[in-house]
Amino acid sequence: MVDRRQTVAVTFDGVDAEGVVGESVLECARRNGVTIPSLCFLEGLSVWGGCRICVVEVAEDHRLRPACATQVVPDMEIKIETPRLRAYRKSILELLFAEGNHVCAVCVSNGKCELQDMAVHCGMDHVRYDYRSPLREIDASHPKYVFDPNRCILCTRCVRVCDEIEGAHVWDVSYRGEQALLVTEMNKPWGESLSCTWCGKCVAVCPTGSLAYQGRAIGEMEHDPVMIKRLAVARSRNEWLYPEESK
Amino acid sequence: MSNKVIIDPVTRIEGHAKIAIALDEAGQVETARFSVTEFRGFEEFCKGRPVWEMPSLTARTCGICPVSHLLASAKAGDAIMGVKIPSTGVKLRRLVNLGQIIQSHALSFFHLSSPDMLLGWDADPAVRNVFGLMGAEPELARRGIRLRGFGQGVIEAIAGRKVHSPGIVPGGIADAMTTETRERLLAGLDEAQQTAEAALELFVGMLDKFEREIGAFGLFPSLHLGLANDDGLWENYDGHLKFVDAAGNTVADNIDPADYRTYIGESTRRDSYLKSPYFKPLVADGENVNAGIYRVGPLARLNVCKTMGAPLADEALLAYREMAGGTANSSFFYHYARLIEILASTELMRALLEDDAILDPMVRATAGINHRHAVGVSEAPRGTLFHEYHVDQNGLLEEMNMIIATGQNNLPMNATVLQIAKEWIDGHDIPEPVLNRIEAGIRAYDPCLSCSTHAVGKMPLDVSLHDHEGTLVSSVQRG
Repeated sequence: MVDRRQTVAVTFDGVDAEGVVGESVLECARRNGVTIPSLCFLEGLSVWGGCRICVVEVAEDHRLRPACATQVVPDMEIKIETPRLRAYRKSILELLFAEGNHVCAVCVSNGKCELQDMAVHCGMDHVRYDYRSPLREIDASHPKYVFDPNRCILCTRCVRVCDEIEGAHVWDVSYRGEQALLVTEMNKPWGESLSCTWCGKCVAVCPTGSLAYQGRAIGEMEHDPVMIKRLAVARSRNEWLYPEESK
Repeated sequence: MSNKVIIDPVTRIEGHAKIAIALDEAGQVETARFSVTEFRGFEEFCKGRPVWEMPSLTARTCGICPVSHLLASAKAGDAIMGVKIPSTGVKLRRLVNLGQIIQSHALSFFHLSSPDMLLGWDADPAVRNVFGLMGAEPELARRGIRLRGFGQGVIEAIAGRKVHSPGIVPGGIADAMTTETRERLLAGLDEAQQTAEAALELFVGMLDKFEREIGAFGLFPSLHLGLANDDGLWENYDGHLKFVDAAGNTVADNIDPADYRTYIGESTRRDSYLKSPYFKPLVADGENVNAGIYRVGPLARLNVCKTMGAPLADEALLAYREMAGGTANSSFFYHYARLIEILASTELMRALLEDDAILDPMVRATAGINHRHAVGVSEAPRGTLFHEYHVDQNGLLEEMNMIIATGQNNLPMNATVLQIAKEWIDGHDIPEPVLNRIEAGIRAYDPCLSCSTHAVGKMPLDVSLHDHEGTLVSSVQRG
């Protein structure tokens, strides 16, 4: 519930909206029914601000800020749909596609992929950059799940959910820059991990086909990222929501 | 001085190829080679991928017959898992393969080959295609296109999409059939069957005109390979491998598909990306692989089976065998065999759809990785298709081999090109209709070199004449 005493006035693309002190621009937008595209952000997990899809422009200085990691302030004029921002979002998506090996046609998440949906949403119809086509080995050593790093966009949702919700911290990011790669338990095969509880939360929150159930064929993987919001609410408020209530 | 004629590209086939004909000093045909000039590389880039992904990945080999790859790959996946898939899953896979045979054969006959037969080998190349057919025989063209549409509709209804369907998976089929789908497919069957019968009647009525083509479009003895079952019925999905000779005698039978390497060798040539498989037991080490020449596809399947297992198609088979003199050894009869297979497919499809078991929701078996090696085989419209996978303990591909039907017809296609060239070419003057016959000889096999066809009305065909030193003497272009 909105606390009237802590509200501030903001605008999204010139339309008045009400923000609450302490909340992020992204949360504020969603509460007001305004769409700001995002990828790495997931309700129930800490803010990472890594994908930069949710960048917005603030009229004050025209600086670009990630909406997920920027708090609302009084009289904030937030721009979302400007030519500059649309071009940036497209470029970011193209770089994500060029960086890994994203072949939607043969992917387990084809048709149910947040990266794919985002590309459609942002009108990304081709990639202007050279594909890097990296050689990355699949880790299918886990009896229940498969990790295909070719489809990973390093959103770190799996890292955060495993650490913050499950408390196991199996996942982490290893190496730096373009070599950055997700690893399980000190870079051991996932199947040999002693800390993995087989809970499947990492698989549930993965936005692409990078983490999937074993034995799934093309387009058969359905993730359940909203599950984390249910768990987070249940844990913090002792409120047990039905899946439709948490959307 | 010897001369060489190059036909590049060969048109109205699925893929890219060229034909090189070398003439001797007297201008008589000396040799002829059919070469495939496109490279795909599936056997390399599939390495490291999970076996669950293989059906969809290998289906990309082709846009005309992806179902064949889906089935061969899914069957290899079944064997890696070590499961026996539910009987309704088998029936649905059979149905989808029948749909595939109908649509692919309809494409081959109506769209690609019938313009030659109906409009004439000598007709203007600009109209000798499916659009010319629409102008001259609109009703036939319409029915042909609708027949192909019906076959595609069957694939879509069962496997989720017309091309590169996601629904054929290791372990069975992804989704059970609904009553509505069953009714819809049954409603379309009558027209499909009538079109198949009409096309067969039309073709048989024309055969008298093609005596010379029957005698020269690949009329030679060879072995024939196809899947066979214990009842001697026409088989297109399961069973064992069977080779018969040119007289119809069994040469090898009851071969477990997993044992195919004992019987099938693969040779390579410098000038073609298409391998040339041959029947190993007949070729000693270092000898010419032509001794092991065998054919696959409709012609071979009809030579391998005793009956079609469908009343109307069996009647047609009797007439076919009478015309061919028992075992058919002219590749011109591929067209005939294809039409009989379409008819049989409609009949068998009806039997499967009318059986209530087709609605059983149990259509998929699940299991993990239980075996490291497997071979999956299916009868593609163009012939027997092999997928062989070696996987690690987690189901990731370590090595794979695919033997495509068209590859197995490589030696026969080369023999056919030579035979046609010798029959029609005399001297350095090679008129366009003769070139078309050479292409049509290849077309009889309905080779599927990838998934592309020519641009209608602008069939690019370059013919170059070279002397023995490679100097260009003259060249002709059309399109």
